[in-house]
Amino acid sequence: MGDVNVRVPIAEQEPKVRAKNFDEVCLGYTEDEAVEEAGRCLNCKNPKCMGGCPVSINIPAFIEQVKNRDFKRAYEIISESSALPAVCGRVCPQESQCEGVCIRGIKGEAVAIGKLERFVADWARKNGIKPTTTAAKNGHKVAVIGSGPAGLTCAGDLARAGYDVTIFEALHKTGGVLVYGIPEFRLPKDEVVAAEVKNVESLGVKIETNVIIGKSTTIDELMEKEGFEAVFIGSGAGLPKFMGIPGEQALGVFSANEYLTRNNLMKAFKDQDTPIFHGKKVVVVGGGNVAMDAARTALRLGAEVHIVYRRSEAELPARVEEVHHAKEEGVIFDLLQNPVEILSDENGWVKGIKIIKMELGEPDESGRRRPVEIPGSEYEIECDAVIMALGTSPNPLISSTTEGLDVNKRGCIIAKEEDGSTSKKAVFAGGDAVTGAATVILAMGAGKAAAKGIREFFGETV
Amino acid sequence: MYKITRKEELADNIFLMDVEAPRCASNCLPGQFVIVRIDEEGERIPLTICDYDREKGTITIVVQTIGASTKRMDELQENDEILDFVGPLGLPSDLCLEENLEETKKKEIVFIAGGLGTAPVYPQVKWLHEHGVEATVIMGSRTKDLLFYIDEMKAVAKEVYVTTDDGTYGFHGMGTDQLQALYDDGKHYDHCVAIGPMIMMKFVCKLTEKLGIHTIVSMNPIMVDGTGMCGACRLIVDGQVKFACVDGPEFDGHKVDFDLAMARMKQYATEEGRKKLAYEEGDTHHGGCGNCA
Repeated sequence: MGDVNVRVPIAEQEPKVRAKNFDEVCLGYTEDEAVEEAGRCLNCKNPKCMGGCPVSINIPAFIEQVKNRDFKRAYEIISESSALPAVCGRVCPQESQCEGVCIRGIKGEAVAIGKLERFVADWARKNGIKPTTTAAKNGHKVAVIGSGPAGLTCAGDLARAGYDVTIFEALHKTGGVLVYGIPEFRLPKDEVVAAEVKNVESLGVKIETNVIIGKSTTIDELMEKEGFEAVFIGSGAGLPKFMGIPGEQALGVFSANEYLTRNNLMKAFKDQDTPIFHGKKVVVVGGGNVAMDAARTALRLGAEVHIVYRRSEAELPARVEEVHHAKEEGVIFDLLQNPVEILSDENGWVKGIKIIKMELGEPDESGRRRPVEIPGSEYEIECDAVIMALGTSPNPLISSTTEGLDVNKRGCIIAKEEDGSTSKKAVFAGGDAVTGAATVILAMGAGKAAAKGIREFFGETV
Repeated sequence: MYKITRKEELADNIFLMDVEAPRCASNCLPGQFVIVRIDEEGERIPLTICDYDREKGTITIVVQTIGASTKRMDELQENDEILDFVGPLGLPSDLCLEENLEETKKKEIVFIAGGLGTAPVYPQVKWLHEHGVEATVIMGSRTKDLLFYIDEMKAVAKEVYVTTDDGTYGFHGMGTDQLQALYDDGKHYDHCVAIGPMIMMKFVCKLTEKLGIHTIVSMNPIMVDGTGMCGACRLIVDGQVKFACVDGPEFDGHKVDFDLAMARMKQYATEEGRKKLAYEEGDTHHGGCGNCA
């Protein structure tokens, strides 16, 4: 046994190798490694990690079972709280949640809770173990809009409690941001996402793809004509934001959503019908997980990639692991810099981007130090594509077609955090449609809260 | 899966399909579009709705084979199935909304359809006809072999003027020439709807701006998801970023930045061309011919 203050290391593809392929970066623990890492858990009487988890997984209990090599029992414990453990184990920002409050983290490294969760979920999948429910069917019909993390979680929890749930998905594939947004090298689509969606279906959830609520049918029609008694809206974030700087309409300026959708959902990297632009030198603007995903995708498609972010490394909103992986693979970080203009050639195609350097001033309302331009520090980066990863604004399709559903001034649906209820009776909402672009696990937390809210709406005491 | 209940060749490389899509058929209106994906390798292809039958639950689409995906689509026959079919997407045409009917009835309306634009024009003219509004239609194409739906259009329009660029059928000239000729004859129009290739809509707008006719165009930029997520279909309208999939596809033609929209259409020209060649000839084009970038 090694130093208890240090994590059991985990196998990853070599940076130089993985920078040229779309296979998963992290290879996961072996059984022995997982058991050894589980041995580092102190099994605290007052487990702070559970409070740090938006879906309240009983973390010490599942880790205890890993320690005992009862991986099936460990999976059952996780499944009581999470419908998507193989996803969460890969994409949750654990360092600011469960692992961020781990007692082991005071003197050394926190227990690798996310990696253990992933191990258990992968083990269960490889051994054909699926989540089960013993609840009797109660006959109540609930519609869930969107098959992303919020929708799948809400549907899974309701099905487990005996509800008759149908998910309506606008795209041709289920998974929402898990399939169109997060790249294959972070979250394998067929092996992991499709398998976890199947698990939710195995609880009795029905899924109808190619139905866009607000267009193909409406919430009111679902309730009046199709007999749904309650609806959960987990329709996700909407249209990409742009900076509004001169030259931004040049050819070769893409939103991260478009770039990633072409590559992930439409599998442009596999040379299918949908094309993607293969840049030689690509600038990605933004510092969140989406920016990292776009940058690492461009890198794998053969480009030299720069991330331009207006604050410093400490303020990067992306997960630490993603930033670390991006750097290892060779993404160049141009921090404390901000684009002021996009330059184009005689054909209207991007040929460069004009950048101004920044310094950090006083803290702003978010508590982060406000970036301030340094006058006269402008310079140009030559590039043939620019990807804007600046967040999104809400999609208006549902709010504009549902009478009595209130939205805030940003266009986000107003829903109570504790139970997902909205201004419209029997209609609940959660995830990015409510909060604006956030994380997978927060959306799952909201889906879970809404499932509880819906059960209470039907008179259950939860 | 979505069953093809009818397929007809309409003209050179242009075919029609009726597809069973009951949810879409029960809620669609003229002006809206659908997205079709024929198989696992296929693109999401946006296609305007040409007609719909609420009772049979079918949508009529008209397709021109231009890329690898549309070429494969043409190989499908009656009773075959399409993997994915979603809609209706976009906003319905303002002309075809019940709440605007009183206003619409007061207007003298002219449609100008160019090429495949006949398909999305038809349901609007038909809807107006069914609601007691008779419109004039100018429908044009490059040459006679590309014309379709003349009889169908005549059945629902007040007057139909057919034009060909090369004079092989009807009026020799473009739709804009025909409109100018009608105007010179003393005809008056309050409202114009122009649907077709972007270059044609641009020139119609130039003319109608001069003639003082309010003009609506239906924009068909490159799209990926078509549901308000990816932002590929952005346009500049009246100086603002707009998304054709959720804010359109119809816009005030006098406010659209057509030059930018046309440039954006070419963004993937070479990459798509290579895929079509790869499909047709079993190998992709590797450049060097002087015709590609």
